[in-house]
Amino acid sequence: MKAATLNRWFGRGWLSLGFLFLYLPIVALVVFSFNDSAVPNVWRGFTFKWYVALASDVELQAGLWLSLKIAFMTACGSVVLGTMAAFALVKYKRFFGRTWFSGMVNAPLVMPEVVVGLSLLLMLVSVQRALGFPERGMMTIWLGHLLLGMAYAAVIVQARLSDLNPQLEEAAMDLGARPHQVFWLVTLPLIGQSLVSAWLLTFTLSLDDVVLSAFLSGPGSTTMPLVIFSRARLGLNPSVNAVATLIIVVVSIGVLLASYLIARAERQRLADQAAAVRG
Amino acid sequence: MDRLLRPLTALFTGRALVISVPFLFLCVFFLLPFLIVGKISVSEMETVSFKDVLTYKDGALTLALKFSNYVFITEDALYFKTYLASLRYAAATTLLCLFIGYPFAYFMARAKSSVQPALLMLVMLPFWTSFLLRVYAWRGLLTEGGWVADLIVGMGLDQVLYALGLISTPGKLMHTPFSLVLGMTYTYLPFMILPLYSTLAKMDLRLLEAAADLGATPWTAFWKITVPLSKAGIIAGSMLVFIPCVGEFVIPELLGGPETLMIGRVLWDEFFSNNDWPMASSVAVVMVLLIIVPLALFNKYQAEAQERPQGARK
Repeated sequence: MKAATLNRWFGRGWLSLGFLFLYLPIVALVVFSFNDSAVPNVWRGFTFKWYVALASDVELQAGLWLSLKIAFMTACGSVVLGTMAAFALVKYKRFFGRTWFSGMVNAPLVMPEVVVGLSLLLMLVSVQRALGFPERGMMTIWLGHLLLGMAYAAVIVQARLSDLNPQLEEAAMDLGARPHQVFWLVTLPLIGQSLVSAWLLTFTLSLDDVVLSAFLSGPGSTTMPLVIFSRARLGLNPSVNAVATLIIVVVSIGVLLASYLIARAERQRLADQAAAVRG
Repeated sequence: MDRLLRPLTALFTGRALVISVPFLFLCVFFLLPFLIVGKISVSEMETVSFKDVLTYKDGALTLALKFSNYVFITEDALYFKTYLASLRYAAATTLLCLFIGYPFAYFMARAKSSVQPALLMLVMLPFWTSFLLRVYAWRGLLTEGGWVADLIVGMGLDQVLYALGLISTPGKLMHTPFSLVLGMTYTYLPFMILPLYSTLAKMDLRLLEAAADLGATPWTAFWKITVPLSKAGIIAGSMLVFIPCVGEFVIPELLGGPETLMIGRVLWDEFFSNNDWPMASSVAVVMVLLIIVPLALFNKYQAEAQERPQGARK
């Protein structure tokens, strides 16, 4: 009994320390965004001036707008391509080149971004030399992010798809649904929440990416992470803390809200299913 | 007309479409670029561009391969040291993540099932907030006067780090191997925790009861049952940490110093500062070769985990 109590407290302590480690930098970012000093790691007093300064920071605003556009397109494209890839891997166990396909779907997850960025850029340069387009800019950054986002989306959707009860789809087919009806009316609602998670994750990934964007951006297409990175490289900068705080607040609210809605929809679905079973 | 169109539409619906669109996308934007990098890495650099590897001139086909980049990379001591250092930092990060992450995932999986979703959420949440900003935050924490720097120096731990050779001057924590490994551990810890948690949470706890009934102490049961059963999670987590760490660029750039050379930074500098594209390509090829074994391992376990039917056990 004694050992079990000790074990429980050790467990709680380890978890608490772990969470402290994970959250300390985030807390520090937020705290020092209100710090009245140009050196944002020693407390000098409370101020809002770094937030006021953001309002006139044209470079950062332009970067933010560009990043949001790219992130939105990346999230939409990644979910579509990722869902297709996940379907191909879960539903079709045999097709030409499946091993290659599965390897290529997972590879961008772990491939160093410098390698992916460099290789995509060198290809785009070769194409540009031959055909005269594309110019480096928003679309080329989007392409890079899409490659990465697709891999993440595929993994998330794949996990959900392989957990699905195949009997639900079979039942729909037995009742005369066409394959596309089965997809839109049965499968899609069942995997809906994983699509939402995949969309949100790829959105934040794209909003955060430095390396791919640096390789694939052209003159005049500087995304927000590139602006932040070039400032952070030079040293500590309170404007970065202020932006960070705003991003953290928005993302946390978004993620918490989304997960609350997903959980509610899931409960509703289970209740509906139970009601349907009772008849 | 309809009869004519039907085979065409059949081709563009369902199976063929679902497989071919992502497959083609990956071939064109992932595989092909790699082949191009491979080609450029053996090309001659000219003033503005690089020579074609194959040239057809006066009825003679010439193949001009230039392996001097590779010769240089393998013979140059600095490059060699950089590769070794990258592998060493990545390995240290992986071990540290495993050391912190395994007990963490274990206690998470054994917590009350009502609090587990909240704990999982708490692990994922930092992952959702910008990675760049969290790495930047460590600069503030580790620079003199920062919270963590004060704590470490106050407890005298900087002397320990100095004795271990992780920092070069006591009291100065930034731009050292210590700050680099700490930053990478921090960033990749969730990648270790999540796969470990999912294998540990799925474990059949009756096995432990059976072990206890047969006279095993909890400690023996842990090492003989829990750890072997979580092997897939350990491997997946370790590879998810190790592989991206080898090629990491942002963390070495922001937290590492001039003395902590890593291969990702070398590639970046060859490309952006020296504008030597063939050299950058050769570095990329070598980098891929370095991670290909761990990558194959990861893919194997990933495929096994995904393909094993639910509830089935070996």
